Amino acid sequence: MFQIVDKKQLSENVYRLEVQAPRIAKAYRPGQFAILRIDENGERIPLTIAQAKPLEGLITFIIQAIGFTTRRLCGMKAGEAIRDVAGPLGRATELERFGHVVLVGGGVGTAVIYPQAQALKDLGNRVTAVIGGRTKELVILEDELKSVCDQVLPCTDDGSYGRKGFVTTALSELIEKGEPKVDAVITAGPVMMMKAISDLTRPFGIKTIVSLNPIMVDGTGMCGGCRVTVGGKTLFACVEGPEFDGHEVDFKELVDRLSTYRDAEKQMVESHRCKLDGIIK
Amino acid sequence: MARIKEPRVKMPEQEPQRRINDFEEVNLGLSMELAQQEARRCLQCKKPMCMEGCPVRVNIPGFIGAVAKGDFTEAAKILKQGNALPAVCGRVCPQETQCEAKCVLGVKGEPVAIGWLERFVADWALTQETPVEEQISIEPNGKKVAIVGSGPAGLTCAGELAKLGYEVTIFEAFHEAGGVLIYGIPQFRLPKEIVKKEIDSLKKLGVKIELNVVVGKTVTLDQLIMEEGFSAIFVANGAGLPVFMNLPGENLKGVYSANEFLTRVNLMRAYRFGEYATPVIRGSKVVVIGGGNVAMDAVRTARRLGAEPAILVYRRSREEMPARIEEVHHAEEEGIVFEMLTNPVGILGNDGGWVKGIECQRQKLGEPDSSGRRRPEPIEGSNFVIDCDLVIEAIGTRANPMVTQTTPDLKVNKWGYIETDETGMTSKPGVFAGGDIVRGAATVILAMGDGKRTAAAIDAYLKK
Ligand SMILES: Cc1cc2nc3c(=O)[nH]c(=O)nc-3n(C[C@H](O)[C@H](O)[C@H](O)COP(=O)(O)OP(=O)(O)OC[C@H]3O[C@@H](n4cnc5c(N)ncnc54)[C@H](O)[C@@H]3O)c2cc1C
Ligand SMILES: Cc1cc2nc3c(=O)[nH]c(=O)nc-3n(C[C@H](O)[C@H](O)[C@H](O)COP(=O)(O)OP(=O)(O)OC[C@H]3O[C@@H](n4cnc5c(N)ncnc54)[C@H](O)[C@@H]3O)c2cc1C
Ligand code: SF4
Ligand code: SF4
Ligand code: FES
Repeated sequence: MFQIVDKKQLSENVYRLEVQAPRIAKAYRPGQFAILRIDENGERIPLTIAQAKPLEGLITFIIQAIGFTTRRLCGMKAGEAIRDVAGPLGRATELERFGHVVLVGGGVGTAVIYPQAQALKDLGNRVTAVIGGRTKELVILEDELKSVCDQVLPCTDDGSYGRKGFVTTALSELIEKGEPKVDAVITAGPVMMMKAISDLTRPFGIKTIVSLNPIMVDGTGMCGGCRVTVGGKTLFACVEGPEFDGHEVDFKELVDRLSTYRDAEKQMVESHRCKLDGIIK
Repeated sequence: MARIKEPRVKMPEQEPQRRINDFEEVNLGLSMELAQQEARRCLQCKKPMCMEGCPVRVNIPGFIGAVAKGDFTEAAKILKQGNALPAVCGRVCPQETQCEAKCVLGVKGEPVAIGWLERFVADWALTQETPVEEQISIEPNGKKVAIVGSGPAGLTCAGELAKLGYEVTIFEAFHEAGGVLIYGIPQFRLPKEIVKKEIDSLKKLGVKIELNVVVGKTVTLDQLIMEEGFSAIFVANGAGLPVFMNLPGENLKGVYSANEFLTRVNLMRAYRFGEYATPVIRGSKVVVIGGGNVAMDAVRTARRLGAEPAILVYRRSREEMPARIEEVHHAEEEGIVFEMLTNPVGILGNDGGWVKGIECQRQKLGEPDSSGRRRPEPIEGSNFVIDCDLVIEAIGTRANPMVTQTTPDLKVNKWGYIETDETGMTSKPGVFAGGDIVRGAATVILAMGDGKRTAAAIDAYLKK
């Protein structure tokens, strides 16, 4: 069992859980994720490890409550335990000294870029973070990022905070201004956002790393459910990713495959919604 | 010699029409009367040929003789000396090519139903209040051995070493122990409760099982040795990587590897979706590609989830199918459609990105290939389309490189399988390997044989 030691709400639907998982905390490197299962009847879902404290044996997840499992998870309290957590899975980000790196996080994707920011800074990079959300509430981890980045640019679609507009607008300004020149872009967030970013950087030939989130089961290369097409080749994101060269990814296929279980997911949420308080039990 | 004339008993089975609607076990098991009747057919040979067909050398006449006498406790003791998981083997061993293939009664008539008797005795033992395991007193020797993977190879090795006094810990990547016995072989062939009970009896011997540990990721072999004090390691992580055919349309929604389909249904219990949270695509018309046990399990599972028809597409002919005869027979009874000498060439999708059919080409048998089986050759112009909404590929598996990649001094062959000497030791001192990760996809009993043999080798190595 993996005990939740701390829980915090970061925005309307986004929560941070700190979980006791000593082996994972020790082995973790930025870019990796874990797969968890809440209880005996639960589904296995992948979540990025946003932070690890090896000495205390703790790892942090930042979770957006979007469906059955994530909503149940966000409804759990400190002191309760998650039955299974396996990891760290996937390849660690290939971090190097790029020069000027721009990290682009959309919504909960910001959880993915946060550990990378720290590590990139330690390698001597200049690090700019562009973080976005629909409205002010959905911009997360700004303070945490400020403490490790040279510059943090929040954006909201509705202009309620930071600059108005999409993260792509902010990134394109940075590239055009070129002070200093953007040498690499690392991005995580909604698939269509990562696609837009990759399309934006392609003409400039800027190395762009995206963090893909296909549906997974085992996370160890055993099922092939997480397969994505990169550079015309089929790869298993859980072992060969989750990060790939954004200029090579078939985003259309990924979006389509993500809709595989849409009807089943709706059914699961509806049949477990409490008639009184609307909470997923 | 009148006994030879007595016919082999029949296994009571669940009716096909009923069983395609549930996941209950197909074979119901022999009654006490039938078991004793069958046991009396055994000639108690002085030189029992049957034992030569058994990879772990179960004392077959010994336990069968005890059944004939009605001494089931004795039968269970004899059986367990040779085989740590008899309730499993009695169900899934390919007896027709192993022990039963060698039984002398098989020369002129039908062999003794060794597998069914094994299952009878093991099931009987599992229902007894006081466990039948010999009341061995274990002398702890203070040495720790780690085992990677809780499939039949790992479980067997763990049991043997525990009995010798080692402190054994199994590290398993999944959230449930049992390997293929849990995630692969379906409930209707091997009920999960049986596997759980067998694992519980190992735990009673003191074996520890740490779940959710992906060796190579969570911890490396070197760390287990250097930091956690394990004196030896047995790597038995199976050959679980699915092979895809690289067909056009393979990434459409509605294409699974057999591993994914069976894992969702068996390990995650997706056949009880609603109560369990993991979904599975329930095809209404399903095509499974392949001809082995895995394909047979997948197609019969699809049928139980409502497929009509559930079709098996195999590029060779019926005779060449590697699946067990009993399973092919059961599949037939359940209305599985066999499209033999047929090879898929592409998967077709609709506008929504879902599978709508599979294009196939008829084959004819040519000259024998290196495996001795006649090679299928395409018949030009014979292409046709089978309408379906789910395609499951069951064409084989490969070695998972997760352990070997993080252990550079572990020698592998060109397919990624671990190389060992005849004792099971790898190129890395103190690290042994066995089961599918050494042999490639094989059988439960061969994996168990490796586990047993290697346990002895590890004991010898640590006593040196
Ligand atoms: C490597 C990896 C890392 C991830 N890291 C995080 C993280 O740090 N924080 C976080 O909140 N989520 C993360 N995700 C996504 C998370 O796994 C999914 O949100 C979760 O599986 C949804 O489960 P659910 O039962 O709550 O929703 P479901 O009921 O399964 O789905 C709800 C809706 O979300 C869509 N959906 C389903 N799966 C995904 C997916 N994988 N990504 C996006 N949309 C999906 C479906 O189309 C559906 O409409 C990550 C995914 C991967 C593969
Ligand atoms: C669907 C199906 C049906 C079959 N039917 C039959 C049959 O009827 N009769 C028969 O004799 N054989 C059958 N087989 C074959 C048989 O199941 C295998 O040969 C046998 O299970 C191999 O045993 P093993 O212990 O080597 O590996 P496995 O049973 O594969 O067990 C390996 C274990 O290691 C774990 N693991 C993998 N990687 C790691 C890691 N990095 N760290 C920790 N743990 C890890 C896996 O999760 C798994 O639990 C079938 C196989 C399948 C897939
Ligand atoms: S273990 Fe398998 S091969 Fe050996 S006697 Fe039992 S059924 Fe036959
Ligand atoms: S060969 Fe057949 S008859 Fe002879 S001992 Fe074995 S099971 Fe009995
Ligand atoms: S999640 Fe199963 S292979 Fe990647």
